[in-house]
Amino acid sequence: MLQQLITAGLTIAVGITAAFGYFYGSNILLDLIFPSKAPGDRGTRNIRRAGVIRPWLFVGPAVLALTLYLVYPVVDSIWLSFHGRDGHEFVGLKNYIWFVGDARIRAAFLNNLLWLLVVPAASTFLGLVSAALTDRIFWGNLAKSLIFMPMAISFVGATVIWKFVYDYRAANQTQIGLLNAIVTWFGGAPEAWITVPFWNNFFLMVILVWIQTGFAMVILSAALRGIPEETIEAAVLDGANGLQIFFRIMVPQIWSTIAVVWTTITITVLKVFDIVYAMTNGQWDTDVLANQMYVWMFEGGGDYGRGATIALIIMLLVVPIMIWNIRNARREMEGR
Amino acid sequence: MADLIMKDVAKAYGEVKVLSNINLDIKQGELIVFVGPSGCGKSTLLRMVAGLESITSGTLSIDGRVVNEVPPAQRGIAMVFQSYALYPHMTVRDNMAFALKIARKSQDEINAAVENAARILQLTPYLDRLPKALSGGQRQRVAIGRAIVRDPKVYLFDEPLSNLDAALRVATRIEIAQLKENMPDSTMIYVTHDQVEAMTLASRIVVLAGGGISQVGTPLDLYERPENEFVAQFIGSPAMNLLPGEIVETGPETVVRLSVGGLVRTAVPTRDSDKGLKVNVGARPEDMVPTEADEHLFEGTVGITEALGEVTLLYFDKKGEAAQVIAKLPGIHAGLRHKTLRLAADPKKIHLFSNGRSLLYR
Repeated sequence: MLQQLITAGLTIAVGITAAFGYFYGSNILLDLIFPSKAPGDRGTRNIRRAGVIRPWLFVGPAVLALTLYLVYPVVDSIWLSFHGRDGHEFVGLKNYIWFVGDARIRAAFLNNLLWLLVVPAASTFLGLVSAALTDRIFWGNLAKSLIFMPMAISFVGATVIWKFVYDYRAANQTQIGLLNAIVTWFGGAPEAWITVPFWNNFFLMVILVWIQTGFAMVILSAALRGIPEETIEAAVLDGANGLQIFFRIMVPQIWSTIAVVWTTITITVLKVFDIVYAMTNGQWDTDVLANQMYVWMFEGGGDYGRGATIALIIMLLVVPIMIWNIRNARREMEGR
Repeated sequence: MADLIMKDVAKAYGEVKVLSNINLDIKQGELIVFVGPSGCGKSTLLRMVAGLESITSGTLSIDGRVVNEVPPAQRGIAMVFQSYALYPHMTVRDNMAFALKIARKSQDEINAAVENAARILQLTPYLDRLPKALSGGQRQRVAIGRAIVRDPKVYLFDEPLSNLDAALRVATRIEIAQLKENMPDSTMIYVTHDQVEAMTLASRIVVLAGGGISQVGTPLDLYERPENEFVAQFIGSPAMNLLPGEIVETGPETVVRLSVGGLVRTAVPTRDSDKGLKVNVGARPEDMVPTEADEHLFEGTVGITEALGEVTLLYFDKKGEAAQVIAKLPGIHAGLRHKTLRLAADPKKIHLFSNGRSLLYR
């Protein structure tokens, strides 16, 4: 344990020193190669040259790291998706044809669609409602902290927590699952919730909604506070009631923020894997694409070709939303 | 008809008293201006009329009906905000129509009202634009239009010109004056810290200071017969000069000996018992004229001059404890700097204050 801590500390120290040394050293080196105090024209020319090179020196490490950890894997995935199980024999479009025709993939795809419809909508809506309501109560900040807290829990951790909520014991035993405890208290029969087809999808989605509502609330709460107070007062004078003010004056003014929150959660949803993997591993018709990717890539000996194909398709689905999202966020920053 | 009466109105935030003892009787068709220094509570008072702030005590009635507890929309008022407060996501048309839509008026009625307001304010070409595509002056007109379509009994203006540049401010001020002229029956309350707006627009001015009403009167009333030193110095620019002195002669005309030297005669009547009373003599800079006579109000050395073309402002060097004396002479006067000058003023234009209050009012 202590050994590990020391290693970790040392790694951090060495890493930071190296990074600092690189930026500081390369900067000095550049100034040495192109001295700005050189006589006459050469001085200004050197400044200009150094100015051209300097940005590349500084972003260089980041570009290298991105290439190694992002660009290379993408290219490799594309290459793998045209190859067989072990990644050697070229199979053309076979993996893609398999993707379109496979029944389990189709089921996972449909589940993904369901997630896409429900989770961003529910998280954004609940986030908006909690943002609006917590702004009005004196213990609003406490409420906000509580709602935000799940954001700090990892998806797997959250799933473990909810496993206890959905836990099932035979009818004659004490129910330790919260949901079954409530159901039996009201006189119902306990149920193994995560095995109920179709509805179990929603039980899984609740976990992500639980996590993402905090995120939506924080962003939307800031947006709501940015609305000029006078427009609300003007609406009060115009005779609008609370709901009318909320939906016709406040929500339209933060519409672009809502869109950013919505799409950001949409991207998270497309990548959701941990929750399904930890809760059901795709059993009982709860599979999603990301889980399929993991299953094909690493289980049963691994099929690199099919795993890479699924990964690429998930990426293709995310990219347009990502672009739209970044554009929107940028426009927001520029104040439209 | 649409009288607005405030009776002992007060406002407090917890222990902090902001306004107290506000008694005001506003007649239909009047344009009342609330002026006062920042933080005097003029905007708060307006927001209390609007219903955006609660009334701590006293009663506010509009049209004979006590409206303390009536929601803002049902008080028969409309308000124009300093920041315009237009709904940024709605077109000009929708901005103006919003209140009527909320009130579930028919589409025909809404269209007629909006188009009428747009015509009055020359906004017809801009009806389908969003506020962000309008200039500041146009936005302010939309804000006024939003008030007009509701056909309120009382219009409330909260510093409506403060966000406009100087030229536009003058133009919009005249537009508001014309608007008032075209709607002689509507009552307006207008809050400003700009005394020019107050003087030009008001049928009566309410000067607020120190959490209460300092004086209520027509603009010229306040200028000619200020009730106290605060109003005397607040109305008029530069502010009225106040010079300490002692009454030496009483009667229908009073003579005061000033502590900085000088003797002044004023048309303010005093009683025999006032002899020896310590007073402040008030003389407006524009009422001071150079004189050669022995009997003078003030003699001093000109420190700084400001030539504005139409007038020249003279700032005299300070004498002892007394505040700096300023004179405003019509026309251009070159070469007065560092000269010693003797000033006098028409006795009818000299004010007397004792303990801050005018001797005219007692």
